[in-house]
Formats: sequence, structure tokens, C-alpha cells
Amino acid sequence: MEPFARVTGVVLPLDRSNVDTDQIVPARYLKRIERQGWGEVLFYDWRYTDGEPNPEFVMNDERYGGAAVLVANRNFGSGSSREHAVWAVRQYGIRAVIAPSFADIFHKNCFENGLVPVIMTQEQVDTIMGKAQGSPGYELTVDLKRCEVSDAEGFKAPFVVHEDPGTHEFRRNTLLNGLDEIALTLQQDEKIAAFEAKRPRWLAAGVK
Amino acid sequence: MKPKTLLDKIWDAHVVREEEGKPSLLYVDLHLVHEVTSAQAFEGLRLAGRKVRRPELTVATADHNVPTAERWIIRDEISRKQIEALRANCDEFGIQLYGMESDRQGIVHVIGPELGYTQPGMVIVCGDSHTSTHGAFGAMAMPIGTSQVEHVLATQCLVQSRPRVMEVRVDGSLPTGVAAKDMALGTIGRIGVDGGIGYAIEYAGEAVRSLSMEGRMTLCNMSIEAGARLGMVAPDETTFEYVKGRPFAPKGEDWEAALAVWSDLKTDPGAAYDKTVTIDAAELEPFVTWGTNPGQVVPVTSGVPDPDSFFSPADREAAERALEYMDLRPGAPIQQISIDRAFIGSCTNARIEDLRAAAEVVRGRRVAESVRAMVVPGSTQVKLQAEKEGLDRIFTDAGFEWREAGCSMCLGMNPDILQPGERCASTSNRNFEGRQGKGGRTHLASPQMVAAAAIAGHFVDIREWEAR
Repeated sequence: MEPFARVTGVVLPLDRSNVDTDQIVPARYLKRIERQGWGEVLFYDWRYTDGEPNPEFVMNDERYGGAAVLVANRNFGSGSSREHAVWAVRQYGIRAVIAPSFADIFHKNCFENGLVPVIMTQEQVDTIMGKAQGSPGYELTVDLKRCEVSDAEGFKAPFVVHEDPGTHEFRRNTLLNGLDEIALTLQQDEKIAAFEAKRPRWLAAGVK
Repeated sequence: MKPKTLLDKIWDAHVVREEEGKPSLLYVDLHLVHEVTSAQAFEGLRLAGRKVRRPELTVATADHNVPTAERWIIRDEISRKQIEALRANCDEFGIQLYGMESDRQGIVHVIGPELGYTQPGMVIVCGDSHTSTHGAFGAMAMPIGTSQVEHVLATQCLVQSRPRVMEVRVDGSLPTGVAAKDMALGTIGRIGVDGGIGYAIEYAGEAVRSLSMEGRMTLCNMSIEAGARLGMVAPDETTFEYVKGRPFAPKGEDWEAALAVWSDLKTDPGAAYDKTVTIDAAELEPFVTWGTNPGQVVPVTSGVPDPDSFFSPADREAAERALEYMDLRPGAPIQQISIDRAFIGSCTNARIEDLRAAAEVVRGRRVAESVRAMVVPGSTQVKLQAEKEGLDRIFTDAGFEWREAGCSMCLGMNPDILQPGERCASTSNRNFEGRQGKGGRTHLASPQMVAAAAIAGHFVDIREWEAR
């Protein structure tokens, strides 16, 4: 996983709440078995009308081209567990998503893929949304070391990647270092084996 | 000893490693796998040279992609490749697969319970958001993404922070014509689609205890639509009765040992919930969604809400956008909404009891001329049972299509999809834009309500229908 420290980039404003994963990646694209190529289908049904770019949709406004930060409203990523949704956002070039809250599974999937879920207050999100809508091409810096976003106009605000302080620190560290969670867990092999030895027989025999 | 909630008990029994200020490492008893969210996980294992730690605790089936008409012909090449990849991966890593040729195939959340894999007290995971269904047995059943699927395959463990617990207590008894689905929709309407974020929901109260296992599964299934990570119901005699004798349930002495453990799986008196929501069952009605998320829901007796009636600007805008997408006017009575399609199926409402309830409504009647209606059983076992009871004839005589088992039109990954602009009464779980096919419009309701809508051609109040 690519480590994340600090990114400065254009902010793409998506002023909607409860953006669900069926919008992020429509189900009909989930048949592919590859892990790459998902950026092309990001927000497909909002982005295209009959195969042509929909000029009404913010992603098709050239002034937001090359965006690295997405700002949206509460409960971003609700719905299915499809990690394809996170792959699509990340592979489109987005490194951080700012929102007042994230849906649980999408939130967890972010950490597995080096996409930073930036949780801020509704008021701060409104400020950033307003700036990005008001001056397309507006840039923001997301600094994960300092847990702070800032812009060239002097706006500064703190953020967390998880509301629970312990989990925030743990996840921040894995993002900063691009750690492979499986390798970390495999280091616990002795503890896992000890747990397995204690499991009741009828559970172990559950699946034949 | 400090009193514990049901969640605490299961959580504490599965901790492999816990450290202050860090997510815990939990052991997984059962890992369910399907074709859509697993291919990239198996590929990850291969690239890293890793094995599946406990293939015998892992069970797979093909459900999302499978055709429900001509099951043997998958015309969509990409779909076929995904299903073939599942077969190859299960062969390579030694995992039991109930593929399309198996009479145990079906929607992963239907076959787990039906085969007795799903048991009280377990930690169950699956790369699918509706994994919460299994919580109906008093299990801690959580959805995971593909990276976590790979993690569980490699380690049989899950990294997880302990959720807060919300008690949803439904007191009293459900009125006639009000189903478990209505309890679920009513709960979501009350707490909102993000009201459950960060929580595990424990459903309690007389109305919940009175539900059958099928009803409890419907209720827990939709916990995710309220934003919760999981939903659960403490196991009781209803649960044990359902599990007993199923192919993979414990037998003989093992059954007795299991029962001793399971009987303690309930929240202790005095244990504190982080939040409690109480609902009076008598106030629940048959519900129908009008918008593009499951929280945009009203009783069948009301009209489509006016966006101006919403307090927050965000909700107002969302309602306006939803009405535009759904092509509905504020104030229009729900019972005047005409439908083009009816879908009885999905992991929410395609178990045998659901089909019986729908068949009871349909018996001796005809689907409206303008409606195309289909029934997709949740599993091949459900299909066979329904056929044994003659339910298939009731449906086909009425003009319903009777299909093979799968996820089908719940999410439009197989050929069963809505055409742009088509309006569908559906027993599934999500009414998101395009969920059942690009441009399609979905209204969620109970099996009885969808069956009645198919006959009438528009939504009707099932309570009056039953009096007919």
C-alpha cells in the first residue's frame, strides 16, 4: 500500500449526503475480477448520459480536473460492502475524502487502500464545500502527520480519520506507513494457534 | 461480575488479542464467500504466496451473478468468468463450494442458516453488507470488504474496533398485516439511514421475540440500511428449534454442549446499552418507500411527503432529488402509485415463509395486465420446498414468473433488471438510484404488500386486502 503523508490538490465538491456505493460503482460493473481499471467507472451513472459526459455533473467540469481531494456530505459510502467503490475513488486519483461521517464498511475499506477518510465537523465541511464550489480549482492540503487541512488563504482545521481516538491513532499509523495488515496479523500466529486450541470441538466440526 | 450485553459476551469469547487503544483481533468461526467480492482476495493470496488458514471454516456459493431463467447459459462472458474464477479458487484452496449445479446453492445469507452453518454465538463474516442477516441467531455477523476477505482467508481473524450497542426494543405485538419487513422499514424511518453508524443493534422486546427465525432474519438483514455494522437477536427456543437437525448443526452430545453455551447468550439484567430506541409495535403499519434510500419511507396510508416538510436543507434537497428521480409529486397517495414490475426475492425476503405469505395473497387471483411479476426463491432448497407445497403453481397460475435461486433483481448484476423509467414493487433491501437497473425506480415493501401490488397494479393496503 502506498504510504500517505501529505497531499495538496484540487478539491472536487460533491454536495450530497448518503452517497451510496451503487452510485460510486454501479453493480453491473462488479463482474470484473481485476483490481485495476476502476477509476473509469467512478460515479458512472451520474457522470455519463447515454455514454456521453453529463455536463451537469461536477466531475465533468474541467476546472476540477485532476482533483486529489473529494468533499461530500454525511454518511458517504453507504450501502454495499463492495471495496470496488474505494478502488474507483482511489484509482481516479483521489487521495483523501472529506465528510462529516462515513458509512462503516466504506470507512474500513479506505484504510486498506491508502485512501484517507478525513472526518471534520459539518461546519468545516460546509466551509470547504463552499470554497470549492465558489472558486473551482480551489486547492487544499491534507496533512496526515499533523492531522490538519489547510489552504493558501490561511484556512486551517484539524481532522481525525476515526472517531475513536485509539483507532484513529492506529489507522493513521498504518496509512502513514502503508502497512500490510495481513503481515501484521500473521505475526500473531502463536496467539491465533493458542485460541484455536481452546475452541470447542462442536465448533471446529461445524463445517465438513 | 459486571453485567454484559449479548455483544460483549460474543466479543469477549472471540478475542485473540486485545490491547488498550487499538482495534482488537477477533477469531472468525465462519467465513462465507461469494463470487463478486472474492476474486481479488484470492488473487492477493496467490501474489503473496499465502494459504487459506482454515478452509474448513470457509463456505462458498455463487449467487449475485447467476441467471435465474436459463441457469446453464451465462451469456454474459464477464459474469461467466467471475463464476469460473470462484470455482477455480475454491478448488485451488480447498474450499467447499455450492455452485450452480448443487441443490444447496442459493443466496449466501439464505443457505448459511438453512444448512445449519449459521449458529448462535458465532463470529461470522462475509464480503457482503447483508451479512447482518445471520445476527438473527444471536451471532455477531459482520460485512467486510475484499481486503478483509483476504485477511480472513489468510489468518481466520478480523481486525475490528468494538462497536457501541444500540437496543431497539419493539414492545407489544404486531398488528395483522404488518410484517417483519415493516418493523425493519419502520426502524430505519425512525433512526435514519445513518442513525446506526458505529453501532451494533440488538433487537429486543415482545414483538421481536414473537417473530419466526425468517422474520428475525429479515429484521437483522436491514440493520445495515440504518448504517449499523450488525444487528442481532438473542437466541431462544425459536432459534434452537430452527437450528436443530440441520445438516451442519451439532448433533448428539455436541448438541447438548452447544445448547449449554447458547442458553447463556443474552444480555444480562442491568447491562447498559449505549443507546435505546423503543418502538410500539401497535403503531407500525405496512410501509412503502417513496425515495432513493430506505429511510425515505411512509405508511401505505399516507402520501408522498413534500420536500418542504423536511427540517434540514440537506434532507430537503435529497427529497427533491429523490422525487425527481422517482417521478413522483408531493402529496400523491401511495396507493395511487402504479407499478410496472413486481419482484419477490433477495436475502431480505425470499425464504419459505416469505413465499408462503405472498402466495396466500396471490392464490386464485391474476397479476394485473400491465405488470410483469417474478418470484426468485432465496435458495434452491427454498425453491424445492415451495414446489413441494405447490406454491410455484399458485404463482404461475396467477401470471408470476417462477425462477431459479439467486440475488437476481435485488441488484441487477444478472440479466434480471429494470428498464429505464420502470417502476417496481420489490421485497429487496435497497431503493438506491439504478439499484435494480439503470433508471429503474424501486419501492420497497413486504412480500404481502408486493404480491398485492402485483395483482392490483398499484400499491394497496394489505390490511384492507385481507378483509376482501
